[in-house]
Amino acid sequence: MEFIRAFIVGGLICVVGQVLIDLTKLTPARIMVLFVVAGVILGALGIYPILVEWGGAGATVPIIGFGNTLAKGVIEDVNEKGLLGAFSGGVRAGAVGIAAAVFFGYIMAVVSKPKIKNKA
Amino acid sequence: MEQKRTKEEYKKWSQKQAPKSPKIKRILMAFLVGGAICTIGQVIQNALLGTGLDEKSAGAATTLFMIFIGAFLTGINVYDDIGRVGGAGASIPVTGFANSIVSPAMEYKKEGYVMGVGARMFLIAGPVLVYGIITSIVVGIIYYIIK
Amino acid sequence: MGTRLGKHTVRLDSKPVIQSWAAIVGAKEGHGPLGSYFDEIIEDEYFGEETFEKGESKFLRETFGKILSKGEVSTGDIQYIFAGDLLNQCIAASFGIRETEIPFYGLYGACSTMAESLSLGSFMVEGGFAERAVCITSSHFCSAEKQFRYPLEFGNQRTPTSQWTVTGSGGVMVGKAGDGPRVTHVTTGKIVDMGITDANDMGTAMAPAACDTITAHFRETNLPLNYYDLIVTGDLGWHGKNICLQLLEENGISVRGFYEDCGVMIYDQQIQKTDCGGSGCACSATVLGGYLLDKLSKRELNKILFVATGALHSPLSLQQGESIPAIAHAVSIEMI
Repeated sequence: MEFIRAFIVGGLICVVGQVLIDLTKLTPARIMVLFVVAGVILGALGIYPILVEWGGAGATVPIIGFGNTLAKGVIEDVNEKGLLGAFSGGVRAGAVGIAAAVFFGYIMAVVSKPKIKNKA
Repeated sequence: MEQKRTKEEYKKWSQKQAPKSPKIKRILMAFLVGGAICTIGQVIQNALLGTGLDEKSAGAATTLFMIFIGAFLTGINVYDDIGRVGGAGASIPVTGFANSIVSPAMEYKKEGYVMGVGARMFLIAGPVLVYGIITSIVVGIIYYIIK
Repeated sequence: MGTRLGKHTVRLDSKPVIQSWAAIVGAKEGHGPLGSYFDEIIEDEYFGEETFEKGESKFLRETFGKILSKGEVSTGDIQYIFAGDLLNQCIAASFGIRETEIPFYGLYGACSTMAESLSLGSFMVEGGFAERAVCITSSHFCSAEKQFRYPLEFGNQRTPTSQWTVTGSGGVMVGKAGDGPRVTHVTTGKIVDMGITDANDMGTAMAPAACDTITAHFRETNLPLNYYDLIVTGDLGWHGKNICLQLLEENGISVRGFYEDCGVMIYDQQIQKTDCGGSGCACSATVLGGYLLDKLSKRELNKILFVATGALHSPLSLQQGESIPAIAHAVSIEMI
């Protein structure tokens, strides 16, 4: 079942992050940076695509999958356009994610404001 | 007053007595929340593939949906609670990336739409893009050389 | 005129009187164990303003007004205000009292500001430079999170040693005459830095400073350890309080049984999920202006040593890898 596979792979990737947070006191921002960089490297080495094959969205939804997407784009573009592709591939492949985050982020920021809920 | 311990000793001595985070519980919650978010992603992806989109577009569109969900839940003041419970299970999925963009943007709205929302949006997500893109370029150059 | 007893401590021979006091807090503090002692509880974290920072200023302004009305004086009767807060350039305090037209000293002592301002206000009265001075401070959970940690809606987990910044403002008016609680000694702390770099563990960073100041107080005043009904630190929290108790005992100062911490008192740790307890300038200030002075004036407490503790770092200094310097100031408050 691909849903169960997605659950397991996605869950385990997050567990790695949680263990890093609890053991190393790395801040969430550093963990996210680490995961993206790891995703790019594992993607380029051809290791991460195997995980995507098996885990589906469980491997692509975590931020490490975004790194994999960048690597995939870079390799495609280098094959197509040579050295220029090293500069175009990553952002091209990640464009939807980046643009969506900026767009929806902006809209939500305009319409809503921060609140405390834990008042009791 | 002279200190009885060196700084190193004091740090060790006090840390030994510090309250510990419930590690097993946190790991379990990260697994459950992270797994659940990814499963939602899989459901969306399957639905998109069902509409006849090719695999690549469906993947990109799934990311788009997940980012929307993360941004929306942040905007209605819910994602911080998911993060409180799920820890890395909420911050590692791309919904957490969206949360890291929307939360500072909301917070700094009163500081203006340019230097507030516009600049602060990337407070946490900025480094992720910076290092992701730089690594991808380095990888591309290496690949070009060894290809 | 006061008498210097040692490097850190002076005795105030005229014993300036705390003529009135007040504390206004936010919702969470109002729902805590001390809720019934506060003058007002404000459910809205914005306090009807547009931003958290303006909200915090309003907490301070309203508390200031409350102190004056409870003391039955007007702004013309006050010669000095000593105030400070946690925000950059102390904007909560400056903006909170900018319409009062009273001579003003802005202070930064982080969470030790209540004891710092009370010390200076008492000196002014002792020295005969003022008939009355108001000493006041504020903090706000949302503005502090924004400045020192993450945006409010960011989904990060709290660490178990972290503390919850108290939303609210507390303050007192000290003056020459009256029958309220009196300030008898002031022990000014020095900076103590034990190399702690974890901003989520302030209690550990500040406990040595509290211990240092309390030790100096007893050494220089020669008072017996059981002189006080209560020794109360500002915002060490559960963990820091425990550390401080042990450090004191190592110095031969056993205060178990009459030692408390405002950060521990203000929240119900289990129910309110505040991890190690409260922190912020308003933590010690609201417990003083709400609970402690109330207990003193009813003579349920007669002598207390109020030791507010502060961590003197900034987000910038932490990013640059600096450790957290800490300070604690002690003020003896007695019913005579």
